[in-house]
Amino acid sequence: MIRKLVSQQNTAPERSGWQSGHGDHPLDRFLKEGRIPHIWCSGCGIGIAFTAFVRALDKGQFDTDGTSVVSGIGCSGRAAGYLNLDTYHTTHGRAIPFATGLKLAKPELKVVVFSGDGDLFAIGGNHIIHAARRNIDITVICINNFNYGMTGGQGGPTTPLEARTTTTPYGCAEHPFNLIYMAKAAGAAYVARWTVLHTYEMRDAMIEGMNKRGFSFIEIVSPCPTGYARRNKLGSTLDLMRFYRDNSYLAEELDPENTALPFQGRVAVGKFVDKEKPTFMDMWDGCVVSKARKR
Amino acid sequence: MRAKTRRADPKLLTGTHFMNGDEACAEGAVAAGCSFFAGYPITPATEVAERMSLRLPQVGGVYIQMEDELASMAAVVGASCAGARAMTATSGPGFSLMMENIGLAAMLEAPCVLVNIMRGGPSTGLPTLVGQQDVMQARWGSHGDYEVIALSPESPQEAFELTLEAFDLADKYRTPVMILSDEVVGHMTEKVVIPPPEAIGGRSRRKRKPGKRGFVPFAPGENEVPPLVFAGEGYHLHATGLTHDDHGYPVITPDAQERLVQRLVRKIRDHTEEILRTEELYIEDAEVVVVSYGCSARTTREVVERCRQRGLKVGMLRLITVWPFAEDRIRRLAESERLKAFVVAEINSGQIAYEVERCAQGSVNTVLAGFMGGRIFTPEELLPIVEAALK
Amino acid sequence: MDFWRVPLDADKHEVVIGKVNIIAYRCKGCKYCIEFCPNDVLEESDEFNEKGYYPPRVKHEGRCINCSFCETICPEFAIYCTVAERRPIQPDDVIHIEKISRRLKHLRRSEAGEAAG
Repeated sequence: MIRKLVSQQNTAPERSGWQSGHGDHPLDRFLKEGRIPHIWCSGCGIGIAFTAFVRALDKGQFDTDGTSVVSGIGCSGRAAGYLNLDTYHTTHGRAIPFATGLKLAKPELKVVVFSGDGDLFAIGGNHIIHAARRNIDITVICINNFNYGMTGGQGGPTTPLEARTTTTPYGCAEHPFNLIYMAKAAGAAYVARWTVLHTYEMRDAMIEGMNKRGFSFIEIVSPCPTGYARRNKLGSTLDLMRFYRDNSYLAEELDPENTALPFQGRVAVGKFVDKEKPTFMDMWDGCVVSKARKR
Repeated sequence: MRAKTRRADPKLLTGTHFMNGDEACAEGAVAAGCSFFAGYPITPATEVAERMSLRLPQVGGVYIQMEDELASMAAVVGASCAGARAMTATSGPGFSLMMENIGLAAMLEAPCVLVNIMRGGPSTGLPTLVGQQDVMQARWGSHGDYEVIALSPESPQEAFELTLEAFDLADKYRTPVMILSDEVVGHMTEKVVIPPPEAIGGRSRRKRKPGKRGFVPFAPGENEVPPLVFAGEGYHLHATGLTHDDHGYPVITPDAQERLVQRLVRKIRDHTEEILRTEELYIEDAEVVVVSYGCSARTTREVVERCRQRGLKVGMLRLITVWPFAEDRIRRLAESERLKAFVVAEINSGQIAYEVERCAQGSVNTVLAGFMGGRIFTPEELLPIVEAALK
Repeated sequence: MDFWRVPLDADKHEVVIGKVNIIAYRCKGCKYCIEFCPNDVLEESDEFNEKGYYPPRVKHEGRCINCSFCETICPEFAIYCTVAERRPIQPDDVIHIEKISRRLKHLRRSEAGEAAG
């Protein structure tokens, strides 16, 4: 039985990244020093959504001490590591219950969940339904790139019918989720979908979502150059962005039920739900604590 | 639920009570300042959740019943990162579900308390009857290398005291602490004396925080433990489940793994002597030592007394702290000339028995008195095994 | 449509000339800024950066209007716009305003027209 562990070597690895260039860009103050360039591929939409979030923090004038970002596992989940806030990179699918615990223990924190379609709707599907039902006051930003990017491009819950991925080499044989329909049905107070090309709308949706009292869900449709686009021969990400430019349409008057995303079909975008609903803490304080104190 | 009269401090119900082990556990948590409970109903731990749902709104805490145990443990880790003293309670099947996030708590070094009211297993097993079959799982359940602290009460009074202490241990070592109770102790109703506030002492967390300039979140501090800071205090820390360096940034290299995991393991292992608590009965001249914990110790105590009355030199070593294991104690006992055998009495097919055998290193016999579960074993069942070991 | 006189509220508006700042070492060559600039200000440069990508460069100095769309569409924090010059509307601006169409048809056509002679 080895009692003494090997003594530690003092070779803590240096931080990698662009050490000296921090501050070259005006928004660098929201990024952790020395962590850029991030790991996302050339042309990846997650980078654009991440930039929109940073711009939302800037324009919405949110307090960087009082905002916290929780992410799951996956390419989108890496976003937490680059932000100059209190950030948590948690287990696969459990970002939302972690964020629930974080928010309920410190209600004055603004909590944002930044994760991907597989992390939030496959392994984490149960949790997002309940968080929306309870109307926990968090904002969930879901980057939908139609596959599991980080692990090499496997099929996921939003992979459209007939699309190819590494685990659906003959074409996907499952119907995908319609994420905003699910979010609305589960009871979310704010539901919106934009593509990465809608940079200003994305930023404003994030500001609205963070200011909204209640569960906000923002789906962001994004290209995945290495995983999804390559396997389905959709061209370069530039081709995909041109596709979004030509095929997305404002559909706010539509019921989310009719806004499914077929394979290379038209993308319905807009703000679909924006309603007032008491949050979990409202109900907790109003219904439970007030009665408990009487006893 | 019995209604309580209003007392000076709603957190501490000072006085003499008649309550069961689950309720005592919940009272211990509330007395320690627990302000967050996320759980899921499971027999025989449901009473903990029910009691917490009653008491937490009274003391300014938050109770939430999550959709499953995976979410419960994740929410507990999240609340811990925000600064709340957080707890959950479960039994065997839920314990298995919580494993991944126990690993997360160990990696993020988030202090939290997890109560496991053990029942007969495997799988659904005996929901309403006792077992002690999760002991090894508490130590090795989650993947990867990490250490936990696990305490095992033998009565509702001890359940109160150990839960109270568990929160302080969790804070001191920044680790998940488990209360390995069992269905017998959880569901038995006994006298529980809750002391006045002066007897418990200060239970608040350290107010002084490290400075923000040049703050390194995971640099080893006192006891190899980094200083405890929370979200929303302006430290802008990044905590990740990936292997990370002292700054918290993911670094996927063997060197970073070496440094991080060594510290996570050492911070408990090197302080075993301070953490460990045992109870010893008639050990000094014993020829046979019966090692036991939890409800099994109640029967063991009776057996040891009966043996002593007949002049047989039998002693008992009760593990109050099950993990980290009392290796040194067992080793030193094994080295003595007098000792003929260890008898390990537990309600499983042999879990702590392996640990005892390993530490005895062959110098002394280790005999397993294992019972499969469903009921606590009687003195008449244990006595023959002890007598056989004496020969 | 070209204006044939200075608008009545010309004193309330300014012509903004922007400056594009490119942080070349950060660029990953996705070409979004080049594609989606409404004024066709950028093109791919001939030199590559440390990582082997070809960052953009400004094609026509003085054409940038500080709309900042390149800043919003860049995934890498590698480009941003600042104001180079603000000036009131002059009669010259009015006569020579080029129509900016969504797909830059006119720009291309006028360029082709200039090239043709």
